[in-house]
Amino acid sequence: MNTNSIGRELPGSVPGYDSIIGFEGPTTRRRADAKLYASLDKALDAVGVRNGMTISFHHHFREGDRVVNMVIEALARRGVRDLVLAPSSLTTIHAPLIERIKGGTIRTIRTSGLRGPLADAISAGLMDEPVLIHSHGGRARAIDAGEITVDIAFLGVPSCDERGNANGSSGASAFGSIGYAMVDARNAKKVVLLTEELVPYPLTPASIRQDQVDAIVKVDSVGDPAGIGKGATRMTRDPRELLIAQTAARAIAAAGIVQDGFSMQTGSGGASLAVVRFLRELMLARGVKASFALGGITSQLVRLLEEGLVGTLLDVQSFDLDAARSIAANPGHREIDASYYANPGRKGCAVDALDVVILSAMEVDLDLNVNVITGSDGIIRGASGGHCDTAAGAGLTVVVEPLLRGRIPTMMDRVTTIITPGESVDLLVTDRGIAVNPLRPELRDTLLRAGLPVRETAELKRLAESYTGVPRPIEFDDRIVALVEYRDGTIIDTIRRPKGLAR
Amino acid sequence: MKLRRSMLYVPGNAPAMLRDAHIYSPDSVMFDLEDSVSPREKDAARHLVFQALKHYDYAGVERIVRINGLDTPYGLEDIAAVVCGGVDAVRLPKTDGPEDILAVEQAVAAAERRFGRPTGSVKLIAAIESARGILAVRDIAVASPRLIAIAIGAEDFVTDMHTSRSPDGVELLTARSMLVMAARAAGIMAIDTVFSSVDDEEGFQREVRLAKQLGFDGKSVIHPSQIAMVHAIYAPTTEEVAKARRVIAAAADAEAKGSGVIALDGKMIDKPIVERAMRVLALAGEVDA
Repeated sequence: MNTNSIGRELPGSVPGYDSIIGFEGPTTRRRADAKLYASLDKALDAVGVRNGMTISFHHHFREGDRVVNMVIEALARRGVRDLVLAPSSLTTIHAPLIERIKGGTIRTIRTSGLRGPLADAISAGLMDEPVLIHSHGGRARAIDAGEITVDIAFLGVPSCDERGNANGSSGASAFGSIGYAMVDARNAKKVVLLTEELVPYPLTPASIRQDQVDAIVKVDSVGDPAGIGKGATRMTRDPRELLIAQTAARAIAAAGIVQDGFSMQTGSGGASLAVVRFLRELMLARGVKASFALGGITSQLVRLLEEGLVGTLLDVQSFDLDAARSIAANPGHREIDASYYANPGRKGCAVDALDVVILSAMEVDLDLNVNVITGSDGIIRGASGGHCDTAAGAGLTVVVEPLLRGRIPTMMDRVTTIITPGESVDLLVTDRGIAVNPLRPELRDTLLRAGLPVRETAELKRLAESYTGVPRPIEFDDRIVALVEYRDGTIIDTIRRPKGLAR
Repeated sequence: MKLRRSMLYVPGNAPAMLRDAHIYSPDSVMFDLEDSVSPREKDAARHLVFQALKHYDYAGVERIVRINGLDTPYGLEDIAAVVCGGVDAVRLPKTDGPEDILAVEQAVAAAERRFGRPTGSVKLIAAIESARGILAVRDIAVASPRLIAIAIGAEDFVTDMHTSRSPDGVELLTARSMLVMAARAAGIMAIDTVFSSVDDEEGFQREVRLAKQLGFDGKSVIHPSQIAMVHAIYAPTTEEVAKARRVIAAAADAEAKGSGVIALDGKMIDKPIVERAMRVLALAGEVDA
């Protein structure tokens, strides 16, 4: 017999309960401000930092992000080395990381995207270990499956309460959905919130929750509103993009997609975003409504929701401030996390329910493989994003691009880098015609019957080259600067260093 | 029947636009060497337009070039370059009288001989942009068998008239009416002026409806977004198309029977009615334009 702290006698065990641990006193009430630290350094002391740990960030502040650079500077000052940097994406604003890679603070990077000076430097061989490029769904899968173990997630938020409830849609630096960070908050060993504002408890709805957060630091600024996003994504006025968008919408309609209850997603880029305008006209003319729109949500999709033309917006990332406002105000505008969005390793994800996705491309090849990561000079300048996730999931995958960009053809024998395999692309819509995946002969017939300008990929390539000549292929050396991961964790391609860029 | 509902202006010194103008499906593209090209750019633009005509495939879209007047240092060289390049029609600006047409016709004929093109293969379009030109429009319209259309250029015209353009176009009513009547009398086409506020879609559509009602065959446009609006306004109604189909069927029937008399619903049908029916079907896209 044992006695607990209140003097009750307890047996050592009973049948079905092998070991009985006696009560030792009530848990104490946690102070409201227990997680609040006066400075980032104090929070770092509290959560504990060490060499070689994996740290993560989200990219919802886009080009306005101040969190990544701030945290890396603080870690560098403490002499931390060999970090694995695993943000959801990186942009032009992260150029200061170049010095921190050179100095040894950062050893390796896993990200969806890379742009600007950092991308240039990495393409030129800045890092000893190649960068791993993954998709949004692939990242959620890897974190969920423990392939990426996040030691500390540093998550910037526009506001939170003092116990750590936070979302992306309240506060001066609001950006809308915080979907990418929700995966980190759920899985990281430690979560540090960097907030611009502290609001009275409870902040609702809590996208990131008090039971996930270890430390909170109030900082002057998490992001520059000018870089976070525009008020509304303006519909393109470029006649070529509109022509492509209109042709894409006609093809989608001809394929029988525009029916009551259909679902859609549009990727970033003028032409793909503009498809919404023409689908809207078709929906109004036919009197049909969409069930949901997924993904990056723009003001045009918010308009569809408010007009009753779409039932629900599933928002993993709000593309503009109209969408950010809407997610806080419209009951039908729902925040989803990256795993719900596109994780292929779980029991279900939203991309699998898509009827149609419209995606941009930098390059497409004769087999309809798509590159959205390296430019025509072989240098990294883009993001994998949800490209291969949505292409794999959607019933109809439509890639849109102009046949020529400036004086460079976008149609080639082999794309520089494969992000999305051609097998998951159904249609390529250009300003000079539509190519149909040979795996879909019935779709080709349908489009031809609808009077759409169907052409072979080889024909489009010949046409492009009739204007530009055949471009000289980019030459690469043997140095691999990045691996491209497909959403299931397999490697679909490598990115090498363009010749002449060796430093 | 060739349609000229939309003639898309393309500045002659804009290479990417020269390459792509036809992808927006205008009935004609009109490369401009005149007002949209500054004197410093005249040579470069002429060269670009020549190369575009010679090497690019416009997928059957009619190619027109607006040249500089023969009273400028550029006009003759423009004609030589575009005739050599294979242009379908030359549009001459600021036509004040039949003598302007005759001068261009001579230069075009000379260029045809020089570059081995069949005589008369290059057509002409005359733009009338002054009070003198409007008063001479009857003579202009019949000045050359090469002339396929006359057009009104409103900006210069209203300046010449000491007025300005208004939303309802009252200042152009007489000139438009005289021009379209002269075109009809001469059996050629009448093309309306440009509408330069690209963002004012409502104003543009109002003006196209007015021009169509006056009898114009089409309009010069300055932006690809205007093309679909013109075509929509010129598109015949379902009833018009249905009736036209029956007229054409009756005509075919009569021809098959070797009968010179076409009858539909017990009434005799004249040749003009058959022609109008053909035009309706062409506008509906049911027969080749």
